[in-house]
Amino acid sequence: MAIVETRKITKEFDGGAVKVVKDIDIKTVDGEFLVLLGPSGCGKTTLLRMIGGLEKPTSGEILIADQVVNHLPPRARQIAMVFQSYALYPHMNVKNNIAFPLKAANVDKVEQKRKVEWAAGILGIDQLLDRKPRQLSGGQRQRVALARALVREPNVFLLDEPLSNLDAQRRASARDELQQFQHEIGTTTIYVTHDQVEAMGMGHRIAVIDSGTVRQIGTPRDIYEDPADTFVATFVGSPPMNLIPRDDDLIGFRPENLHLAPKSGADAASGLSFNLTSIRQEYLGSEKLVYGEVEGVRTVARMAANATVPTADGGDVTLVIDNADIRIFDRKSGLRKQPAMATIPTGVA
Amino acid sequence: MSAPALTTRNVGKRYFFDSERVLGPLMLFPAVIYIVALVGFPLILAVLYAFSDVTVGDPRITGTENFVGFENFRDVFNDRVFQKALRNTIVFTLVSQVFVIVLANVLALVLSADFHGKRLVRFLVLLPWTTPIALGVLGWFWMLDSVYSPIDYAMRQMGLLGPDSVFGPGRNMYWLGKTDLAQGAVVLVHIWRTLPLATVILLAGLTSIPQDVKDAANVDGAGFWRQLFYIRLPLLLPIMAVAVLFSLVFTFTDLSVSLVLTRGGPVNDTQVLSTWAYFRGIQGGNLAQGAAIALFMLPVLIAIAIGMLRLARRSENN
Repeated sequence: MAIVETRKITKEFDGGAVKVVKDIDIKTVDGEFLVLLGPSGCGKTTLLRMIGGLEKPTSGEILIADQVVNHLPPRARQIAMVFQSYALYPHMNVKNNIAFPLKAANVDKVEQKRKVEWAAGILGIDQLLDRKPRQLSGGQRQRVALARALVREPNVFLLDEPLSNLDAQRRASARDELQQFQHEIGTTTIYVTHDQVEAMGMGHRIAVIDSGTVRQIGTPRDIYEDPADTFVATFVGSPPMNLIPRDDDLIGFRPENLHLAPKSGADAASGLSFNLTSIRQEYLGSEKLVYGEVEGVRTVARMAANATVPTADGGDVTLVIDNADIRIFDRKSGLRKQPAMATIPTGVA
Repeated sequence: MSAPALTTRNVGKRYFFDSERVLGPLMLFPAVIYIVALVGFPLILAVLYAFSDVTVGDPRITGTENFVGFENFRDVFNDRVFQKALRNTIVFTLVSQVFVIVLANVLALVLSADFHGKRLVRFLVLLPWTTPIALGVLGWFWMLDSVYSPIDYAMRQMGLLGPDSVFGPGRNMYWLGKTDLAQGAVVLVHIWRTLPLATVILLAGLTSIPQDVKDAANVDGAGFWRQLFYIRLPLLLPIMAVAVLFSLVFTFTDLSVSLVLTRGGPVNDTQVLSTWAYFRGIQGGNLAQGAAIALFMLPVLIAIAIGMLRLARRSENN
């Protein structure tokens, strides 16, 4: 197990014309499951590949277990990586795929066999050892890739969107298995994904990355409830946080924090209330999404499926938000304003 | 805008050309005509000639009296020069293929790496393939000239040739005049000619190995040689087979190299089946024996064709 740290790590392409990763500082905790979350092309995979030694950083340092590893080739970094495509060796059977890192390390044959069986046992693929990768399903391939990573007993696991090739149903169970697996072996894991559900569900902490910079690092709860800027606020959460402009600020609130105003004697002082012009409703079974406009800005409210929005489509409905659920952002920079609560303007919009 | 009215006529026409039963044969037709006229017809003619007594002076087959059974094959096979040509064809092909496979792999690996001037090197490597064979071989003919060879000149300048030198005392090597050197020269030119194609095929194969697989091997701790022998070469095998089959056909059936470079000499020591068929059939006037000699290539070529078809089917299945 080890701590992974990047110090002012930067990656440029085309002689500096394209900056993919900009001065990123990240430090894991020993045994942590850290998720790098961001949209396509944000630089998260490049960052992971630099940690793995598959890309050379333009500047900055990478440390694994307190040792600078910039000059070390991937095989000397004591890491194991699982790729989005699983990158199994197509001409080898499962057994040889798993044993490949051991052969490369000149581990003796008895030990090789023992470790292959051990890893296959943990991942439940004992029955598949003689099959070729093309004879396996997506989920089975993912397990083989994990087993191949596991036999090296690495200091760090690097996982690059390993669930993105699975269908939705299989992905949910694989998420659960992967999390349990990491919990059992306790190895520091860095996991790249663009799927916020994976990030929220699996990570001890999430680093949200956009345009090559880290926008926020924190627990899933921090990221969701206290986003550091409007990018995090809108990237995490589905539907995203509503942002209503007010003077130089943006007032942010999650769709589920909008409630129907009490019919009479409303205590407006405890929060904000808005008139939502309802446009459309989406019924999702246990809940429904009410799409509408507040002061000309598109806004979404998440409500219980049986909540009665008392107006027909196109009508107005008054909704309230608790002060505690309101986040204020600077309209120009998009950054979160602190302290948030003191500056909330009250009253009906 | 209103859509143009669909008349029965243009609907019928459209569906007529949509039908695979019409479109398939229609598309195949030019290729079939080409193969029948330029390959099938001469092949049938060659088979007919090989069993007949035709000569250049009288190439007509008028009736059964022209057919002589296996006589041509017997005569050809008992000829010492034919035996030499058969052995040379096989040896030249096999030896040049071994060199081509090894060198093409090395070149493909080098050319797949990133370095300055890569495009220029790729262009130069491909050049022999774009040169007409006869022209290229003519170039080699001058390079290996018995008196004016620049190779000899360079060796003389380096002190390797001439009085009191390693290859001395003569001032020339006489590349095309001594048996072993002439045979070596023919093999060398074959390698020079087929290497570019094999390299390009392998290069395409190398680039088709997913980057993820190479990265995984890197992370898994495999060094250069382990990656080469355990990952790249096994994954290249199917495409390598394609490269080998192509080069085999080109080398086995080649006429130009021996004909232009040595005219089969010295003393028929670089004679191959195709040159011997030409000398016997066209220049010697014995068209029937020439055809019989050429037909000896058929079994090998059929085997190669079967190999190619199997490869194609296997890659289709995968």
